[in-house]
Amino acid sequence: MQYDLTSLQPVLPELFLLGAACLVLVVDLFLSPRTRMVSYGLSLMALLGTIALVAWVAGPERQTLFAGSFVRDPVADVLKIALLSVGVLALAYGRGYLLGQGIYRGEYFILALFALLGMMIMASAGNFLTLYLGLELLALSVYALVAFDRDSLKGAEAAMKYFVLGALASGMLLYGISMLYGATGSLTFTEVAEAIGSGEVDETVLVFGLVFVVIGVAFKFGAVPFHMWVPDVYHGAPTAVTLFLSSTPKIAAFALALRLLVDGAGGLSAHWADMLTILVVLSLAIGNIVAIAQTNLKRMLAYSTISHVGFIFLGFIAANDKGYSAALFYTVVYALTAAGGFGLLAMLSRRGFDAENLHDLKGLNDRSPWLAGMMLLILFSMAGVPPTVGFFAKLLVLEAVVSVDKVWLAGVAVFFSIVGAFYYLRAVKMMYFDRPIDDAAIEASIDSRMAFSINGAAMLLFGLFPAGLLEVCRAAFAG
Amino acid sequence: MSADWPILSVVIWLPIIGGLLVLGSGDRVPNVTRWLALLVSILTFVLSIPLYTGFDVSTAQMQFVENLPWIPAFDVSYHLGVDGISMPLILLTTFITILVIIAGWEVIQYKPSQYMAAFLIMEGVMVGVFAALDAMLFYVFWEAMLIPMFIIIGIWGGPRRVYATIKFFLYTFLGSVFMLVALIYMYFESGSMEILAFHDLKLNLTEQVLIFVAFLLAFAVKVPMWPVHTWLPDAHVEAPTGGSVILAAIMLKIGGYGFLRFSLPITPDASQTLDWLIIGMSLIAVVYIGFVALVQQDMKKLIAYSSIAHMGFVTLGFFIVFRILANPDVDSGAVLGVQGGMVQMVSHGFISAAMFLCVGVLYDRLHSRQIADYGGVVNVMPWFAFFMVFFAMANAGLPGTSGFVGEFMVILASFRADFWFAVLAATTLILGAAYTLWMIKRVVFGEVRSEGVAALSDINAREVVVLASLALAVLALGLWPAPLIEVMDASIGNLVQHIGVSKL
Repeated sequence: MQYDLTSLQPVLPELFLLGAACLVLVVDLFLSPRTRMVSYGLSLMALLGTIALVAWVAGPERQTLFAGSFVRDPVADVLKIALLSVGVLALAYGRGYLLGQGIYRGEYFILALFALLGMMIMASAGNFLTLYLGLELLALSVYALVAFDRDSLKGAEAAMKYFVLGALASGMLLYGISMLYGATGSLTFTEVAEAIGSGEVDETVLVFGLVFVVIGVAFKFGAVPFHMWVPDVYHGAPTAVTLFLSSTPKIAAFALALRLLVDGAGGLSAHWADMLTILVVLSLAIGNIVAIAQTNLKRMLAYSTISHVGFIFLGFIAANDKGYSAALFYTVVYALTAAGGFGLLAMLSRRGFDAENLHDLKGLNDRSPWLAGMMLLILFSMAGVPPTVGFFAKLLVLEAVVSVDKVWLAGVAVFFSIVGAFYYLRAVKMMYFDRPIDDAAIEASIDSRMAFSINGAAMLLFGLFPAGLLEVCRAAFAG
Repeated sequence: MSADWPILSVVIWLPIIGGLLVLGSGDRVPNVTRWLALLVSILTFVLSIPLYTGFDVSTAQMQFVENLPWIPAFDVSYHLGVDGISMPLILLTTFITILVIIAGWEVIQYKPSQYMAAFLIMEGVMVGVFAALDAMLFYVFWEAMLIPMFIIIGIWGGPRRVYATIKFFLYTFLGSVFMLVALIYMYFESGSMEILAFHDLKLNLTEQVLIFVAFLLAFAVKVPMWPVHTWLPDAHVEAPTGGSVILAAIMLKIGGYGFLRFSLPITPDASQTLDWLIIGMSLIAVVYIGFVALVQQDMKKLIAYSSIAHMGFVTLGFFIVFRILANPDVDSGAVLGVQGGMVQMVSHGFISAAMFLCVGVLYDRLHSRQIADYGGVVNVMPWFAFFMVFFAMANAGLPGTSGFVGEFMVILASFRADFWFAVLAATTLILGAAYTLWMIKRVVFGEVRSEGVAALSDINAREVVVLASLALAVLALGLWPAPLIEVMDASIGNLVQHIGVSKL
């Protein structure tokens, strides 16, 4: 086998992002705090450039590289573009917040770029090792990001918790992978799938490994009962990091689940669908019910994330292309929504004040009708009320489970989404029905305002015209 | 029949886009906002009139049909059309919205742009509910309705508005999500999201019963029927006048409309099997809620309970059909019941709107809705008293007003089904008169009871316009209901014929 430069084309976006991240790292060394704008601009350009490259190398066919360890297929393209786009929004929200909190350092951008690179690698993983490499690159960057405000005890505690639990989860995952490897004799997903499909492999070993793999995936997603880190980490991390953490890694977690469970262990779908069913019911129940008791908005959104993970898994349970595309749609929409929700918190914060409580939303409609209106759309999208896109996300997932005759599961899901509607409504109530307790002008920067407007408008636009995004998600699994 | 321009789309989207413009106009010059909102609502009403003038009464087919692909991957289309059942309700919506805009003219001083915009957006969405022929499109409009109403009650409502609006939202949300599951299920059974395709879908009795119950949860909450009515008094009492008017005049009708468009034609056998349930709930609403209304101290609450009782008539009229069809001696009564229910819906739209506006007039002046705080209003507000007494008479079902027509038709139909149904239903004539007129006696007549009442000023020109136009409508419909009945005759005849045929 010989390498020439053109054969590297499918991996070009990753190479570009790696180069750009290193460039930002070096350039940032020579910048004073006042010229740090350059790192921000360079990072945004790097992300936009990567999006352009992903779009350029995209295509309907499946390409493999490096002996099957790297895969470029339509799903990977969609995932990468979603990751990077949400990443752009996250950076735009984050800059103003970091500036206000006095922790405006270049490492935020660099770590975010490396995390995104890790996620892209996960999206394109063709074997267990690539997947694991991407996951660890993501995880290590994010551990550091959580502790980004080094003087914050809360942040350090959150990072520590995240690190210990994350390491445990990685260990579980690796252990499960080793079982699958031992049983099938291969690390490449396609060969693993073939071995499972042949029926000559001892199923006990496979299922034993599968349990650990599912636990690892559930940890990374934050599904109940492996969710304990989520509220603490979301709460402890600086808001700029939380919004990054709550949005893009969910897309990466989707990639993780897709590559491991569908590409690799697709033949065992009957087994993992049962395991996921337990996770779904628990996540929906605990996530939605516990969220009601939260007064801290970051924690509330953390529990809301847990419940949304339940919906994403619901798509997987259908175990067919329709279900996967519904889960993909849900994940992308959720990442966009979550970025917006935390983005507002970042915008409401200012020097000496960190907005994180539910009552910080009070009277937002009086302070800024525009921000309140956009947040309204985001919250109703989370609650899944039409005409916002969150409704269609839920609809597709429900359709997928009903199509495999699991109507009871759909019933459970809609029941808990009513419970969930309550705490979103309470946030709307704070914004619209209560008088402000804080009349200070909102000092959100222009870039975060633009990002937030795009984010809110997207909720409505994709809600009124969901066909385009849906078509993309369907096409990703058509091949 | 169809026009050469997309009339339904215009009537849906004009108020929504107009509402966004109103929202954008801001609150710096409130009068610009108000006039813009009024202009949009009047224009919408004028543009909706061709639906009536161009309507072909001889057919039960959908008219003014528009059909565009919306979400092809999911077989969902942007499919609009009206028949004799939905068309009158659309006109009711566009008409009432104008009055609501006018009624909120001076009263709403806090963020009038958001207030007006919410009502305009609401108007477009409600028309969408009536016009949608695609189940998913229907559901999107159906749920989207909740958002503006939630905001309206929550921002401009009374002291317990937050409790009331969250209860309203969760109650109706709870009802409708199970309908969503039923719709998805039928999508897999029929391979289509068309409501009309659902009508012809063969379903066995178990499926029908489950689907019927899912629909019942959605529509019974909306109507609302006893025992899921408890959100309504709260929502009505706390809502601003305009919100109460829209709730009573139109949103409740959407529940009744749902029964006609979904429950009856899609699950006729389940409807027949469970008709005792609906008839029972309706009669309880008529009798029991009538008594509850009698003891209310709060005028708005009283009218809210009276609404529940009147809507009981609507559902009674719809479901009495099965008892009549089962009775081989009579043939024409079935259509009469459904028609009576429909007339009652339109008529109640006018009367309840008028009653809430009357209470609103008093509330704007004295900031109290307690019956005990009033008394002798006629002495200081003779013009207002004239209108209020007139609407109270209509509410009690006085012949010559629209309130009489629907009730009479439903009672007549009940006679053909079962004598005792008719007797129970007819108690409304006594109870309705009792609670409405007793309230009138205590509020309007008698001596002036307090200084506050003595200082009241009579209604101004703006209020006269609103109340007079409603009075005209009530009178016209009461004296000559033929045009309304003629419009829906073919559609209802077709519906009754359809539900008479078992799907099993």
